Amino acid sequence: MTWKAARIATTKRIGMLEYAFMRNAFAAAGIVAILGGCVGYFLVLRGQTFAGHALGHVGFTGATGAVLIGASPFAGLLAFSLLAGIGMGFLGERMAERDVAIGIVLALALGFGLLFLNLYTAFASQAVALLFGNVLAVDVRTVLALFVLGLASLIGLSVISRPLIFASLQPEVAEAKGVSLRLYSVLFLGIVGLATAGCAEIVGVLLVFTLMVGPAATAQRLTERFGSGLLLAAGLALAEAWLGITLAFYTNWPTSFWITALSTAAYAGAVLSRWHPGTIERSAR
Amino acid sequence: MNAIEFTDVTLALGNRTILQDVSFAIREREFIGVLGPNGAGKTTALRAVLGLVAPRHGRIVVLGRPPLPGNPAIGYLPQVQSQAAGTRLRGRDFVAASYHGHRPGLPLLGAAGRREVAAALERVGAEDLARRPLSELSGGERQRLLLAQALIGRPRLLLLDEPLISLDPRHQTAVVALTRSLQQELGITVLFTAHEINPLLGAIDRVLYLGLRQAALGTVAEVITGPALSRLYGMAIDVVNLNGRIFVMSDGHDLEGSAHRHDEAHRHA
Repeated sequence: MTWKAARIATTKRIGMLEYAFMRNAFAAAGIVAILGGCVGYFLVLRGQTFAGHALGHVGFTGATGAVLIGASPFAGLLAFSLLAGIGMGFLGERMAERDVAIGIVLALALGFGLLFLNLYTAFASQAVALLFGNVLAVDVRTVLALFVLGLASLIGLSVISRPLIFASLQPEVAEAKGVSLRLYSVLFLGIVGLATAGCAEIVGVLLVFTLMVGPAATAQRLTERFGSGLLLAAGLALAEAWLGITLAFYTNWPTSFWITALSTAAYAGAVLSRWHPGTIERSAR
Repeated sequence: MNAIEFTDVTLALGNRTILQDVSFAIREREFIGVLGPNGAGKTTALRAVLGLVAPRHGRIVVLGRPPLPGNPAIGYLPQVQSQAAGTRLRGRDFVAASYHGHRPGLPLLGAAGRREVAAALERVGAEDLARRPLSELSGGERQRLLLAQALIGRPRLLLLDEPLISLDPRHQTAVVALTRSLQQELGITVLFTAHEINPLLGAIDRVLYLGLRQAALGTVAEVITGPALSRLYGMAIDVVNLNGRIFVMSDGHDLEGSAHRHDEAHRHA
């Protein structure tokens, strides 16, 4: 790159942050990415990623329903995904075996979301934003709300993290040691509900997976250490979110597209970098 | 003092009675092999000692107290390790999760925790294994590592549920020998469930044999006999000694061996 081109690029980047909507987007995406990456790490560890995906869909019903009764869509999204998370936690700790039940509830939730949209047609234009996210439309109040949400969720996650890891890795032993598997399942999925609502604000309810599960799954491919895995998941999510917004700014393509593309590329890269002859054989043993 | 006392204990799961009016006492620092046919209640008995299954009737005393989950004096290696085989985490982090795992807070070990994890890994000779992800370990290696997990918290009583399952004879011998030396060095009580008596011969102090809702506790010579086992199986049993190995036979079939093979086939199906 020539000096002149570099200068133009630098100028343009400063330009990008001169817009208030871009600063809001970076702040909101940064908060949510760190939260999503950390929560996602535990989701992947517990094999509950599908539950996380489903919570976004339930949140969609909450958002459309809230609009129908004149409340804010974010409040509806938050309330529904939080309650759905707590409900799933109560249902049972073996969420991986409940894929069919979750899938059915997920489909029903989207169906109700569609019905609510139908009943309140003026909201239809916002539906796309809800489904696929519109981080460039986030205002300062939403940033503040996300900050409070993110902080509360991360504090909650810190408090339960040790027994949660124990219950996730060795449920049988943890139970014998007096850890209530159900309690931690409920608390954790409640936090997942909050994180889902936050992620949905950035990438939309359909693409929550990309910010929450993508970076975490990539991190677990790259390191077998717990601490570095958690930090890497949060760092990757942050990098993907910020880079996604930057690319969207320059290309005018949707931010959510870029984040999904980066998330997938990172995961594919991690899989390929660890790929060497014998991998299949060993993991099958 | 007794490590475990069962007094007229009846254990049931749903409508199925597992043990009925069973009484026995296991002394401290004993290495007990817990045997019996599939479904005889070996796992349920261990879960009752842990306080996870309450007796319908009778009294259980564990280390002088009624059983209650969360007793730090008990180490436990469950038969089902639902997450162990699939996790990409390295073994050390898996073992470390047991250290004060019930306490809320961040999963920071601290110096004391690191020392304890290192000591447990060293006791079972798994320092090198602990650097690799669990999903890459063989069954025998994983069992060794999980044994280290059971030692976290310095238990006085160790409950090992089918640690030999899916191991080949060489690894079976190694796990039994390791358990025996741990039990002697640490001066602890061990309950070790198994399908077959032979890998345990020479290592265990006494046998607890379960069957037909009853239990028999005694030395191998006392319990593994035709009349005693006939009562527990509810059919005529012959016990055959051959070259230092024991065969529990009914109608010419080797019961313990076939139970184990059946389980193996099931596992690999």
